[in-house]
Order: sequence, then structure tokens, then C-alpha cells
Amino acid sequence: MVTLFGVFLLTLLVITAIGIMRAQHLFVAVMLSGIFSLQMAAIFFILDAADVALTEAAVGAGVATVLMLGALALTDDRERGPKRHRWAPVAVVTLTTLMVIYATFDKPRLGDPSAPVHQHVAPWYLEETPRLIDVPNVVTAILASFRGYDTLGELFVIFTAGIGVLFLLTNPSKEGALSLLRSAEAEGLRHHLVPRIVGRLVVPFIVLFGLYVQFHGDYGPGGGFQAGALISAGFILYALLEGEGRALQVTPVRLLRGMIAGGALLFVGVGLAGMLLGGNFLDYSILADSPIAGQHLGILLVELGVGFTVTGTLLTVFHAFAAREQRS
Amino acid sequence: MEFLGLYNYWVFAILLMTGLYAVISCANLIKKLIGMTIFQAAVFLLYISMDKVEGGTAPIIQADTAGQIYSNPLPQVLILTAIVVGIATLSLGLAIVVRISETYGTIEEDQIRTMDEE
Amino acid sequence: MEYVFDIASWLLLIAGGVFVFIGGVGALRMPDFYMRMHAASLTDTLGTILVLLGIALQAGLSLAAIKLAAIMVFLLLTSPTAAYALANAARLSGLAPERRIADEGGT
Repeated sequence: MVTLFGVFLLTLLVITAIGIMRAQHLFVAVMLSGIFSLQMAAIFFILDAADVALTEAAVGAGVATVLMLGALALTDDRERGPKRHRWAPVAVVTLTTLMVIYATFDKPRLGDPSAPVHQHVAPWYLEETPRLIDVPNVVTAILASFRGYDTLGELFVIFTAGIGVLFLLTNPSKEGALSLLRSAEAEGLRHHLVPRIVGRLVVPFIVLFGLYVQFHGDYGPGGGFQAGALISAGFILYALLEGEGRALQVTPVRLLRGMIAGGALLFVGVGLAGMLLGGNFLDYSILADSPIAGQHLGILLVELGVGFTVTGTLLTVFHAFAAREQRS
Repeated sequence: MEFLGLYNYWVFAILLMTGLYAVISCANLIKKLIGMTIFQAAVFLLYISMDKVEGGTAPIIQADTAGQIYSNPLPQVLILTAIVVGIATLSLGLAIVVRISETYGTIEEDQIRTMDEE
Repeated sequence: MEYVFDIASWLLLIAGGVFVFIGGVGALRMPDFYMRMHAASLTDTLGTILVLLGIALQAGLSLAAIKLAAIMVFLLLTSPTAAYALANAARLSGLAPERRIADEGGT
């Protein structure tokens, strides 16, 4: 029964992707890509990947749609130009599809327990996590502790993206920023009563839920990335409803930049603390009395660092797009 | 039954190629970026399809169950990272497109190329 | 007693599914934008709430039921607001509802 549901969702996914390709109006393409991300989240959940489903829904269907709409507001709305079908790309693409489909016949079937991917490291992780780290969510344990080095690298990728967007899109002049705060367009949706009232009701709960997801990442699906996306979605909602000026008073630009840098600093600091206390870099076992308590403390601090940086970066990127619009 | 066991991978192939076709043959820059996100989503689908175990459940170890089969947690960790990196790339790409649009006045690739050659 | 809950939850789930299906058909077949949105938003909210009630009956009285109640409240608040925002945006960007002259045959 679940398989049937999965097959239905996958077919819907292909139809949505073809719809995105054929949409002439870019607004339609962006909305369809939001629906695409939501369907991907549902498929991930059916395939037992709860953490990934939460991240895809928060990041893909939430924040990515807002960022693309922000970019659309600053550029063209419609795909202009003749729709020429060039035959060389179509031929290449069809040939490659057929080759990939031919290659998939060698793969183990979906859900096969004797597939090679389930044999080597994964059973070790599933057995050793209760003994070494004692955290119920194995995905968080692997992400923050066993493969913490990868997560550090990813944190720096997000950090770099935030800095890159700041380089490209910041208003250089000071009085441009001040006039922005007073301009009429910084009103947001203040004269729309119903979304404003409901938004005011809902934003505190969104942020509260984001904090819950952050600290509960050890016991259920959750963690730093999802929490960062959720909290930044809450603040983006506030910025859309109350206007850019008000939102920049609630989360000033200095706070956001401090969060971006502070999160990365926290992560590297935990690693260095491990070194200073006598162990290796990112060794959490010596941070507290017993190895397991040390691991818990290390995972908590590291996820907090990730949450800070992701929130700061997503909010900075959103404000960079929104402030640009006010200027042009 | 073979059809159902392989359907995920066929959908992966079709999505991969749809995204690739959007990237290589759409002239509009934002359409290219959206095609890139479809391409990335196809890769995520491939990895997460590989992690499912028959009769398994999400890899969250409850204390009172023993002998429970769990799905593979490792591809989930990799894809968690990949999703966030994907949105970082998307935001940077959108910022570049905004700057291109302000400089050239258009975001169609062939018009930009003719303006560059002048 | 188990059977009563089971049957009730099945009925709620089926009713919710039927409502969402009706909403889908309406969103496709209605001639005007506002009529389509009317069909889709009302039936969506009701259908989702019926489905959530059906699942809550299956879950019994546990933490999952409280979480489902929270989701229900959230949906009840935000789904109509989204419909309002959509209709408002359409009105503000100039899309006017189609005026249809009523057929006066017979009176």
C-alpha cells in the first residue's frame, strides 16, 4: 500500500518537473518548484528518511521559494525569446536517459537488505551509537560526532555563500540604508489586516518550534539545519508582513553578521577545546567527566553553532534581496 | 514486481535528464538555476532510495525495542549536507543573476552574449 | 469499543479524501479564478481537518494526538489566511471577477 503511494508520488514528481520545464512565466515555474520540493519531502518520508524530509520541506519548499521570488522581483518575470528546440541537447539527453535506465537494471531492488550499501559501515554505526554516544537519533550522532568534520566543512560552505551574497548585493551607501527604513515601500503588507494578525499569532510559535527542533535533534528528527531554516522562515514571515524597516530593527544587520561568524567560531572552538584538553581536533569525549557526557555536550554545542550560522545566513541573504528591491 | 523495485531509479533518470536539459538548453538564467535544483533533487532521490530497507523504520533507536530493523542512516547524513549546500549555491547564483540583470538589463543568455560581443 | 473507533476513523478519512477530491475537481473545472480558488481553499481546509481527526482517532489518547491537535489548530488558522491573501493579491493586481448576466428565462 505504501509502495503504491510512493509510485503515485514519484509520477506526480515527474509531471511537476516537466511542468516546470515548460512554464513560460517564471513565477509559475517558481511556485511549481515549491510544490516539487514538498513532494520530494513526502517521498523522503516514505523512504524512512525523517531528518531529510524535514530539511527538504523547510529549506526547499520554504526558504528557496522565497529567495527565488525575491530574485524574480528584481529581474524579469517572464521567459522571453523564442522557444527553439535545439535537437542536439534533446538527442544527448534522451541517449543519456536510456543509458542510465539500462544501468539501473543491475541495481539491487528497492529495500533489499543484502544490498552492498547496507553491509559495511552502516551496521557498525547502528550498533555502536547506543554504546559510544547514547543518542537515539543515529543520523544526528553521525552528522555531529562520527562525521563532524564533514559538517564543519558544510558550515563553512554556508558561511562562504552568505559572505558571497553580501559582497554582491549590499548597499554601499549609509544614507541609502537610512532612507530605506523610512520609505513607504518598507511598509510591507501592513495594510492587509488578516495576514498581519494571523502572522503575529503564528510567528512566535514558528520560532518556538524551531527552537524545539534545534534542541530535540538528539531524540527525534531535527538538528541545527532544520532549526536554522525554520527560525529564519519565521523571521522572513515577519519581514514580509511588517516591512523591511521593522524587520531590520528586530534583527539588526550587526546581529545577523555576528550570528554567521559566531556559529562557525563556536564549532571550531569546540574542536580546538578538544585539542587543548589533550585529545584530537573535534574529539568530544574529553569535554566532560565521562565520554558519553562529553559527546552529548559536544553535539549540543556543535548543533547550536550550525543553527546560528544557518539562521544568520538565510536571513542575511533574504534581507540582501529585499533591500536591493527598495533601492531600484 | 521488478517494475516497482526499480521505479525510483527510473524516476531518478528522468528527473536527472529534465534538470540537465533545462540547464543546457534554456536561455533564461533563472530557468537554468531552477533546472539545477531539479538535477540536485534527482541525485537526492537516488541516494535516499538506496537507504531503504524492507520492513525498516527511521533510524531513531527507541530504548524499548530490540531486534528492530532500521534503515541505513548514512545516505541520509550525506543528503542532509547536500540539501543545505544546494540552497547556499542557489542563493549565490540568484545574487549573481540579479547583478547581471542590473548590468545588462536582461537575463536571456543569447542577448547577454550579443551585448558582450559588441 | 475498538471497532467503533476504527470505523469512525475510517469514515473520517474517507470523508476527508472525498472532500479533497471534490476540491481538486472544482479547481480544474470552474471557469473563473475566484471560483476555482473558492473551491480549492474551502474543501482543502475541511478535508485536511477531517483526515487529521481520523488519524487522531487511530492514535488514541497519546502524545501523537496532542501533536495532531496542534497541527489542526495551525492549519485552521493559516489555510484560510492563505486563501484570503491569494484572493486579495489577485484583486489588487486587477483581476476582476467575471460578470455573468443571470438567465432570466421563465420569470
